[in-house]
Amino acid sequence: MVENSSDTKVPMQKPIVAPARRLPDAPGGVPVPAKMVAQNINAYFGKTHALRNVSLAIPEKRVTAIIGPSGCGKSTFLRCLNRMHEVARGTMTGEILLDGQSVMVYDPVLLRRRVGMVFQKPNPFPTMSVFDNVAAGLRLNGVRNRGFLAETVEKSLRAAALWEEVKDSLGKSGISLSGGQQQRLCIARAIAVDPEVLLMDEPASALDPLATAKIEELIYQLKVNYTIVIVTHNMQQAARVSDDTAFFYMGELIEYDDTKKMFTTPEKKQTEEYITGRFG
Amino acid sequence: MNPRELRTYRWRKVKEKAMGTIALLCVLLAVFPLFLIFFYTLAQGIGAINIDFFLQMPKPVGESGGGMANALVGTIILIGLGSLFGLPIGIMSGIYLAEYGNNPFGNAVRFFSDVLSGIPSIVVGVVAYILVVIPMKSFSALAGGVALGILMIPTITRTTEEMIRLVPDSFREAGLALGIPRWKTIVRIVLPTALKGITTGVLLGIARAAGETAPLLFTALGNRFWSTAIKEPIASLTVFIYDYAKSPFEDWIQQAWAAALVLIVLIFLVNILFRSVTRGRYG
Repeated sequence: MVENSSDTKVPMQKPIVAPARRLPDAPGGVPVPAKMVAQNINAYFGKTHALRNVSLAIPEKRVTAIIGPSGCGKSTFLRCLNRMHEVARGTMTGEILLDGQSVMVYDPVLLRRRVGMVFQKPNPFPTMSVFDNVAAGLRLNGVRNRGFLAETVEKSLRAAALWEEVKDSLGKSGISLSGGQQQRLCIARAIAVDPEVLLMDEPASALDPLATAKIEELIYQLKVNYTIVIVTHNMQQAARVSDDTAFFYMGELIEYDDTKKMFTTPEKKQTEEYITGRFG
Repeated sequence: MNPRELRTYRWRKVKEKAMGTIALLCVLLAVFPLFLIFFYTLAQGIGAINIDFFLQMPKPVGESGGGMANALVGTIILIGLGSLFGLPIGIMSGIYLAEYGNNPFGNAVRFFSDVLSGIPSIVVGVVAYILVVIPMKSFSALAGGVALGILMIPTITRTTEEMIRLVPDSFREAGLALGIPRWKTIVRIVLPTALKGITTGVLLGIARAAGETAPLLFTALGNRFWSTAIKEPIASLTVFIYDYAKSPFEDWIQQAWAAALVLIVLIFLVNILFRSVTRGRYG
């Protein structure tokens, strides 16, 4: 993580580096509402200060990309959004709002049903079939209705652009699929519980270019219904799939703007240097 | 390749061959006693095995023939009772240690569990004697079951813990991220993934308990008559072997061999049964 250990837990004296920017205007000049808002987030792993005073608004039904070099805190930020940061024994100060309500007042279990997550490495449950994997979130939350389950599984697999490839082998093991199919299976599994926000932690970094293209195409389609936050190492990917881009460096949010602007005329020098490949 | 490199290359090849051969020899050396025990028991015991041996009761001294039906059933009951006590406690403790045990209490449990697995089985027998036999004022199958259960616990606990720890965190995170509560993630996702390994632990525990004689001597005691009551003394193969093997009668000694063979086969069958039951669909 960040090479800092001495002045932990002391809130930074600096003002917010990049304030939550004005939310973009949708066609017609109506501002897009913020689905989630992070205010002065500081996150720690033990003595490591992983996020420093990050404030950021995530617009609804758009794709927000988070870029930055390894260890800059982008995954940590993502995991703060659905309180998975706590699972890894991390701590956090500041406030994160979902629809204007602090996520700390939600039961983490209920929060995560609204804010789903897809991980870097495809992780289908190895003891379950394709069908059971997609149904897992519903079934383990007590849904028994077979008709509803079958319907949701099909809908989710279609939404994840996997249905045509697996419709004849729903009983096969989830881990018998190829890497790219496994990742789309995981996306289907995340969609099946009908979240509002989908967090993706480098969802294509373990995949080949063809599978990556499919995932990117999928993200593009999913934003019609979901608010998506994607962490990526790949700047071309960020430029291709996202509407807004946030650049993190050393645990700080350096710049956050419209993706087009970030990749053409960034305001900060660090952003420009990172995007043009001069460091990171 | 210049001559010098060639020499190093050949020498390396020789070393590789030598190490491979040594490893193979060690394997044979380790497996040899196992085969020896099995085939010697087979050779000695097979002569006394016939249908009567399984269906009849032990005959009084002097009469030939007879069987060990009561001991066979007794052993099965004792293993069953032992599993009834040992499996739930062992598996649950293993789950606790793996999922919630990263604290001083967990470390203490782990330590005492390791100590428990090193305690001589006869001492466990004494404990069961004090805990069950004295209050009930009678030797009983129940006391034997308790003794065997206690013997199983540490093996099952530690294997279960290790196996659950081997399940990658990514599966736990996937479950939690779906809004599945932690306990359900453990029961429905982590446990099934670790099931095969846990089965191995359970089998080790059962196999260890099934072969024990010492803790049964003053708990289940043994019984020359038919009994399946858990409050009565009960016969068992190991105690049967112990009694018959030290007897001066030729046919009893042969029956002891036969009982030993049956015990080995029984453990073998339990092994196969468990493995087939817990084999995952996608194993």
